[in-house]
Amino acid sequence: MLQGKHLIDPEDFSIEELGSILELAEDMLNNQAKFKDVCNGQILGTLFYEPSTRTRFSFEAAMIRLGGRVIGFAEPGSSSVMKGESIPDTIRTVASYVDIIAMRHPKEGAPKYASYYSPIPIINAGDGGHQHPTQMLTDLFTIKEVKGKLSNLTIGLCGDLKFGRTVHSLIKAMSRYENVKFLLISPNELQIPEYIRTEILANKDIPFTEVERLEDVIDSLDILYMTRVQKERFFNEADYIRLKDSYILDKEKLKLAKDDLSILHPFPRVNEISYEIDEDPRACYFDQLKYGMYVRMALIAKLLGVA
Amino acid sequence: MLYIDSISKGIVIDHIRAGAGFSIFKYLDLDKADFTVALIINAPSKKLGKKDLIKIENKIDLDLAMLGFIDPNITVNIIEGEKIVEKINLSLPRRVEGIIECKNPRCVTSMERNIVHKFVLMDEKDGVYKCEYCDQIYSWEG
Ligand SMILES: [Zn+2]
Repeated sequence: MLQGKHLIDPEDFSIEELGSILELAEDMLNNQAKFKDVCNGQILGTLFYEPSTRTRFSFEAAMIRLGGRVIGFAEPGSSSVMKGESIPDTIRTVASYVDIIAMRHPKEGAPKYASYYSPIPIINAGDGGHQHPTQMLTDLFTIKEVKGKLSNLTIGLCGDLKFGRTVHSLIKAMSRYENVKFLLISPNELQIPEYIRTEILANKDIPFTEVERLEDVIDSLDILYMTRVQKERFFNEADYIRLKDSYILDKEKLKLAKDDLSILHPFPRVNEISYEIDEDPRACYFDQLKYGMYVRMALIAKLLGVA
Repeated sequence: MLYIDSISKGIVIDHIRAGAGFSIFKYLDLDKADFTVALIINAPSKKLGKKDLIKIENKIDLDLAMLGFIDPNITVNIIEGEKIVEKINLSLPRRVEGIIECKNPRCVTSMERNIVHKFVLMDEKDGVYKCEYCDQIYSWEG
């Protein structure tokens, strides 16, 4: 039962609970009419202490499509009432008015702290560079929809694998499914953190290979998850010049890939996916945005216990 | 040597590193005690050269779990009928609240005024704790 629970950390839910959310999201995607009133009379509070229009729109559209309504603030400056108020006070106030809260905050652990004082479900909509569990749900649902399965896949993760939290969550989540293989494509200084290598991958005997260049492995991938590499993250200029083009997906590299590759990206992008491949059927990152909304619909409905 | 009567019932917190006795005394709120307490500092010790110790009379239900975090070499004896009835082996507590602070400037604890810093023991052997909010690692060093 997910009713009344919080979602703070991507690992808060069991694999069965995740499965039930993905199943409901798929039902919602295919049978929208059936769910258009399930949240009738309920209100989602969106507490965005830092602006993230993309994530907020996704949550708000999700609630509205379930027949519910939304109140909230988009940044703390726009709400003098909440300014300078403690998190427990704000949460107790808002929880008197709404039925469920999506909270984004620049400080790590703020949604967890909020959850201790909340009588209603809290969804972590991103806490600094720490956790972003609904992105993980979005990624899982996208893979399930585009591949029809979450097992027997070779997944390439490309770019900044050291600081990219969505990458870490995705590896943790996918490592729970059968026969998944990872190809980790990054400059040496931006490889996955040691705890992921040892505790998650090596410990569970999950096959993984670390390489420097995307073009060397792209032909073996079922999924390619692209992330941005910032120039400042490189230790030296020479490496940057040698490798920078290896982390940009363009038509040339895509020629080497399988016909049924699926390209994902957590968005927003800068230049790591060239615009020329947006029309390629293998580009799934716009569908991923849509799937993100459906999986948030399913999450809200489960936590409210209405579907 | 200064002589303090042995107690018939109570707690003796012994082998406190010399100099640390007063902070433990205060941590246990013994300055507000309504029972007899003795803080002895710089007592001679075979093991430590010098040590501090605390004797508490007629009270045995103090929460001493955090002493293991402060210094696991401390020994705690529970006395009843002038005999040691229990020696408590201190170990690193599973949770530590309000003693150490998270050093991560991005942690919610750096912003909220009344928040209690909370750490959870991850690895007992190496004394590794993790901030309950932001997962920042704290390594215990006795
Ligand atoms: Zn912290």
